Amino acid sequence: MVAALTAFWPDRPESDWAYTDGFAIACGALALALALAVFAAVRFVAFRSFQRLSPWLFALALFLAAWEAVTAKLGLLPLPFFPPPQAIVEVAIDDWGRLAEGVFASARLLATGYFLGAAIGFVTGVAIGWSQRAGYWIHPVLRFIGPLPATAWLPLAFFVFPSSFSASIFLIALATGFPVTVLTWSGVAGVKSAYYDIARTLGATQRFLVFKVAIPAAMPHVFVGLFMGLGNSFAVLVVAEMLGVKAGLGWYLQWAQGWAAYANMYAALLLMAFLCSGLITLLFRLRDRLLSWQKGLVRW
Amino acid sequence: MVAAIARDDAVRGSTLTLREVSHRFDLEGQPLPVLDRISLQVGRGEFVALLGPSGCGKSTLLRLVAGLDTPTAGALLTEGREIEAPDPSRVVVFQDPTLYPWRTVWSNVALGLEARGLLRTHRGRIEDALRLVGLTGFANAYPHQLSGGMAQRAALARALVNDPKLLILDEPLGQLDSLTRIAMQAELVSLWQRSSFTALLVTHDVEEALLLAGRVIVLSDRPARIKAEVVNSQPYPRHRGNPHFVELRRELFEHLGLDEAW
Repeated sequence: MVAALTAFWPDRPESDWAYTDGFAIACGALALALALAVFAAVRFVAFRSFQRLSPWLFALALFLAAWEAVTAKLGLLPLPFFPPPQAIVEVAIDDWGRLAEGVFASARLLATGYFLGAAIGFVTGVAIGWSQRAGYWIHPVLRFIGPLPATAWLPLAFFVFPSSFSASIFLIALATGFPVTVLTWSGVAGVKSAYYDIARTLGATQRFLVFKVAIPAAMPHVFVGLFMGLGNSFAVLVVAEMLGVKAGLGWYLQWAQGWAAYANMYAALLLMAFLCSGLITLLFRLRDRLLSWQKGLVRW
Repeated sequence: MVAAIARDDAVRGSTLTLREVSHRFDLEGQPLPVLDRISLQVGRGEFVALLGPSGCGKSTLLRLVAGLDTPTAGALLTEGREIEAPDPSRVVVFQDPTLYPWRTVWSNVALGLEARGLLRTHRGRIEDALRLVGLTGFANAYPHQLSGGMAQRAALARALVNDPKLLILDEPLGQLDSLTRIAMQAELVSLWQRSSFTALLVTHDVEEALLLAGRVIVLSDRPARIKAEVVNSQPYPRHRGNPHFVELRRELFEHLGLDEAW
């Protein structure tokens, strides 16, 4: 496989040579570096991981080449809507200040809203899972309001809250809170009664039963809720930024589209994809750490 | 509470008295009687087995003794005081080990001490309990890494670490393979002899009851009533082939209505 790769890799830059110099040089340099790494892998263990990645890298290179071909080279796709890859590189270099600002604004909004929503959802979920009375009062409210998409509150939120920022935090928290509440609740309600019997015969207090039995046993469910909440919060974040908040990546997307700056739009989209998948990965890591005891019990 | 854990009590087992205990469940409005006026007196440090067909209400009786449920009628007393709620001096070992999967063996065993806030002062007891059941090397293992027998031994350690005065055993060996089972029966006897707690064992295995207990109480089908009582005063370790043992076994089968087979 390594031999095949080394045979094919140097081929790619040649087809790029005729086009934008900087991009081609960067591609060539990258290809060369990768080719070197592949060679190195034969000798050094540290580069071995490249071998596993190489099919993907190869596919990615093919995709970039194809993109380059149909846009810049052959002009098969209509231009303002489908810029060539080097245009996106150009945006990243020229407009990075505004993009960074957008990332920062989005992250601040998302983090505040998400943590608020997750915390409130978790506490509410434990409360209704544990206490009959809390369940009696909160459950109908949850049943009625929960299924409503958080974005439906948008018009109301923007005039009830003093600023579009706080309104967006409310919306994101709402979008996060609902799945976290429902799953925490079902997690707590689904704890085997034998677990409680054991703890009770060993002298456990109510407090102990909640914090040391119910909550740890419910954690796998809580994490499902946290994942769903994170997905929801991305959706609400972008909508809120497009419609109300004058900052963030969502706003940047809207703004770029308004100016027909499609390269900027793609750049923002790409950045957003990286951030969202990064956050999901982060949450996965957290789960792996906290729920490592599950490893032998479920397909991981 | 701290006194309960002291090791130097001469006889640490407690007495148990059941007075006309009846219990019934409510099954969709239909009352389902499970226990019918059961009276029983268990002395300090005695090993008593409750033998009966499955589903006769033995486990319900144990839940009442543990204080997890309250009887419909009658009274249960330990040391002359009525049992109203679970207490760590009466520990149950259930048929299913029910270890907490998110805790290591060590912290599963530590559960009782932790629940009572004694973990800091009595930490050493956990090692002792693990050694007692032969799980010293598995302190950091998770329950899913244990075999059925090891998990049940961990559950036993979790009970013993609290130094119970009354150990309630709800078919604790029921799910084990026969070899592990025989080994664990011997271990249970030697644990009981060393620690001298009072033991109440529920089982549907005639041999197990005879191997372990000094007194075997035979229960009837649901609703459970006391049908007979067989005393086994043979010294430990007991042997299945001993003529007296065989005779007692025949007697018990007869009480259970299975004498044709013998």
